[in-house]
Amino acid sequence: MPDGALPVLDVQGLKTVFKTRGGEVHAVNDVSFDLKAGELLGVVGESGSGKSVTMMSLLGLLPMPPAEIRAGRVMFDGQDLLKVSAEELRRVRGGKIGFVFQDPMTSLNPVFTVGSQIAEPLRKHMGMSKKDAAVRSKELLQLVGIPDAERRLDDYPHQFSGGMRQRVMIAIALACDPQVLIADEPTTALDVTIQAQILELMQELREKLGMAVIWITHDLGVIAGIADRVMVMYGGQGVEHAPVHELFSNPQHPYTSALLKTIPSISGKRAARLTVIEGQPPLVVGTPTSCPFRERCSKAMPVCAVKVPPRFEIGEGHDTACFLADPLEIAHAG
Amino acid sequence: MLDNPKKALVSVRDVKMHFPIHSGLLRRKTGAVKAVDGITFDVIEGETLGLVGESGCGKSTAGRAVLRLYDITSGEITMDGIEIGSTPQSQLREMRPMMQMVFQDPQASLNSRMTVEAIIREPLDEHTTLTAQEKREKVAELMDAVGLNRAFAKRYPQAFSGGQRQRIGIARALALNPKFIVCDEPIAALDVSIQAQVVNLLEDLQEQFGLTYLFISHDLSMVRHIATRVAVMYLGKIVELADRETLFAAPLHPYTKALLSAVPEPDPSLARKTERIILQGDVPSPSNPPKGCNFCSRCPAVMDICREVEPAYREVKPRQFTACHLFNES
Repeated sequence: MPDGALPVLDVQGLKTVFKTRGGEVHAVNDVSFDLKAGELLGVVGESGSGKSVTMMSLLGLLPMPPAEIRAGRVMFDGQDLLKVSAEELRRVRGGKIGFVFQDPMTSLNPVFTVGSQIAEPLRKHMGMSKKDAAVRSKELLQLVGIPDAERRLDDYPHQFSGGMRQRVMIAIALACDPQVLIADEPTTALDVTIQAQILELMQELREKLGMAVIWITHDLGVIAGIADRVMVMYGGQGVEHAPVHELFSNPQHPYTSALLKTIPSISGKRAARLTVIEGQPPLVVGTPTSCPFRERCSKAMPVCAVKVPPRFEIGEGHDTACFLADPLEIAHAG
Repeated sequence: MLDNPKKALVSVRDVKMHFPIHSGLLRRKTGAVKAVDGITFDVIEGETLGLVGESGCGKSTAGRAVLRLYDITSGEITMDGIEIGSTPQSQLREMRPMMQMVFQDPQASLNSRMTVEAIIREPLDEHTTLTAQEKREKVAELMDAVGLNRAFAKRYPQAFSGGQRQRIGIARALALNPKFIVCDEPIAALDVSIQAQVVNLLEDLQEQFGLTYLFISHDLSMVRHIATRVAVMYLGKIVELADRETLFAAPLHPYTKALLSAVPEPDPSLARKTERIILQGDVPSPSNPPKGCNFCSRCPAVMDICREVEPAYREVKPRQFTACHLFNES
């Protein structure tokens, strides 16, 4: 949507490894993306594809060791988040960058009231007085659609249902008017009708507050409904980047097209048999030297086994990390 | 009432499963969680009946009640012509081989101290008089049938991935040549690309062994793929039951409509066009359901009568059952 806007967040060449007894696991391998003001970037991938680790790396949330950020640059607000002090990073987190995690039960503290948990970032980051923070907390709860907000400030997380708890998490994330909101599978633990409520709330809030959002999910249906652009992750790499309509109508990476075929739809033609991607997602141990999808790919070529595919541009804002899109390979084949 | 041209393998009539709530100093019974509150349906031989609903609607309890893993509060369950609703557990044992279950979480439902072979063999040990050699052969056959490498028989479940563990659970369920299998969210814990593998396997096995499934899931698009008929549950009751095509193309009950419209459509041009019915509020507690229709507190088409009288569950159109006052010609 907001074409030509300057990126608020620019991630280049991010590499994160975990040192384990079985060797170095390359969880994030040379991931680059940017996020423009006001847009929603969807990040899709299966478990272990590196989507959460990417976001935690750029927020400095990973335990180090075992994690180690090998390379990369994360430009936000004129500074490189990978280089700033822990103190400064703490000011950014929860302040200018808000985040919402998957499980609303474990990410809220059960022994503090909801009100005090919303007030915490307000007091820490904005230096509000207790009284001002209470007023703002109430407004935030109203903003995310919790009825009877004033009274509910004194309730504890267990007194809220799953959907309501996720609304509280969103209220906390929005407390300091963030420029960027990172939401990691925020609706995965919720039922579909509750998920629909949260998705609608999110759209409303984006229109009202104009923040940029990174939405991590494994659900292509959710992506189709809310994203402007999409990054598909597999085996620690961003294997395809595209505007959402382009991704669904013209997927270029074999993984993306296979994934789109495996999911049944509730409308349209019903396939007699589901298309299957054989095999398992990989665990990348050691420096990757080949395409992570090679072993499950029906179109694998010899080159896929000896080189990590770089990103080849397909069209406007659309690229894919697959040798099938390599102009040289196409020349060879032709 | 529910006469079908083909034979019903399982008939469930007005089954209730209430769990007592005890409270106070003397732990007196002060109420009940009405997890399943009067459900009626048939599972036809050879079909897959999908049972869908949101968490807490009682679909898993219903599945377990049908297999008599609980002592049900009331109602009748007929399994292959034999009434098992009130049979004591000790006598049910002989019936167990024909009715089996595949559980949601393959991590929790497989004993991590038993090898794959021992897990799949256990039902054979319990229910058959096969020799050790015959059992080994049977286990190997089952591993082939579900697509597990025979060479891995001596390994432990934790050495397998989620999808493979679910295959072990399926092999165990198949060990005694059952007729009826309750699949309780068998793919919910798996990755998208693995879900399709397991669903295809279940379909192959159904064809190969003539199985009948009760497929419990919250994933409506997957149910549309696998089920022959679909039942929708809300707060302990079935609100609608119909053939797959009818249910997805022309749902009657307002809850079914809302549920279907809430499913995210994996197509951006469609997803942004379709009008979603957003239900307000949350599901009421099954220990204190609203008066009248259970859905009256969230229903977009609620009428006065809905808050007073519980709608009857009946066949509104041929082969389409629903419990809603909108379809009662008075």
